[in-house]
Amino acid sequence: MKSSVITFPGSNCDRDMDVALTKFGFKNKMVWHNDRELPKSDLIVLPGGFSYGDYLRCGSMASKSKIMNSVINFAKSGGLVMGICNGFQILVEAGLVPGVLLRNKYLQFICKNVHVKVDNKENTFFKNLDKKVLEFHIAHNEGNYFCTNDQLKEIEDNNQIAIYYCDQNGNTNDQINPNGSIKNIAGIFNKEKNVLGMMPHPERMIDESLSGEDGSIFFKNLLNNIK
Amino acid sequence: MKVSAVITLKKDVLDPQGKVIHETLDGMGFNSVNEVRQGKYFEIDVKENDPKKAKDLVEDMCKKLLANLVIENYKIIETQ
Repeated sequence: MKSSVITFPGSNCDRDMDVALTKFGFKNKMVWHNDRELPKSDLIVLPGGFSYGDYLRCGSMASKSKIMNSVINFAKSGGLVMGICNGFQILVEAGLVPGVLLRNKYLQFICKNVHVKVDNKENTFFKNLDKKVLEFHIAHNEGNYFCTNDQLKEIEDNNQIAIYYCDQNGNTNDQINPNGSIKNIAGIFNKEKNVLGMMPHPERMIDESLSGEDGSIFFKNLLNNIK
Repeated sequence: MKVSAVITLKKDVLDPQGKVIHETLDGMGFNSVNEVRQGKYFEIDVKENDPKKAKDLVEDMCKKLLANLVIENYKIIETQ
C-alpha cells in the first residue's frame, strides 16, 4: 500500500509519520508542499507541526499551498486523507472537514497522553479495531474544536464524530476534556468518511519501550483495512 | 489604494484572550469594562484606484483567506 506525507514549511511530525507508516508496511513518499502533483497513493497524510509558523490562523496558509489542490481533488474523488494535529487544522481551513480549531480554552499549550473513545467504526480508518479506547498523545495550542449549532447537528446526524476525549474507561465528561472542544470532540470525518482530521498523534505511540502501542494497533488496522 | 479590514470573532464564539485581557484591565482599576473581544486589523495596499473595486477585492480576500467565516466576521472599515 502506498502513502504520501506532505511536508509544509514548519511541519515537524512529517518524519515521525514516515517512520510509523513505513514500520507497518506502507511504501511511503514525502511530498513537498510546492509540488503540484501527488504520487500514486492509497493514503495521504497531512502531518503535525506549525506550518507557516501558525501565521494568521493555524493551517490557513498551508491550506492554500500548491499541493492542496491535488489533495482536495484526491479527497473529493474518495481517496483516503488523514490530518493529524496541524494537519487537522489544515483540513478544516481547506474545508475538507467541518468546523474550526480554536485556541485551547485555558490558553495553555497542552502536551500529554490522553485517552480517546472510538465511536464510529463504519469507516476505513477504524473498521475492525478491537479496542474502543486508545491512548494517544496530544501536543497543541489550538485544538479546541468548535462548530456552529447547525454544523453540529449535521455532524451528529451523519455520524461524523470519529473520536472523543475520554477517561481510560471510555467515559466522556467535562473534567477530562483537555482543551474545551465541543462534545469532547478529538477527531472528525467528512460526510463520506474518507477524510479524517484528529488532534491526537498516533505516530507517537508506535514503540512499547518509548511510549505505548496504541498507535501500532491503529496503523496495523488501517493498513489491513486499505488492503 | 489602501483598504483596511477588521476581523472580529462572532458573538457566540468563546474568546479566552479577550476574557483574560478584561480581567487584567479590571485588576488595573479599569472597572467599567463590560466585555473585551480581541480581533485582527489589516491594512492592505492594492494596485487599484477605483474605491469600489478595491473594496470588493479586499472583501474577496476576507472571504477566502483573511477571515474564517465559521467563527469570524469581517468589516471593510475605510478606503484612502
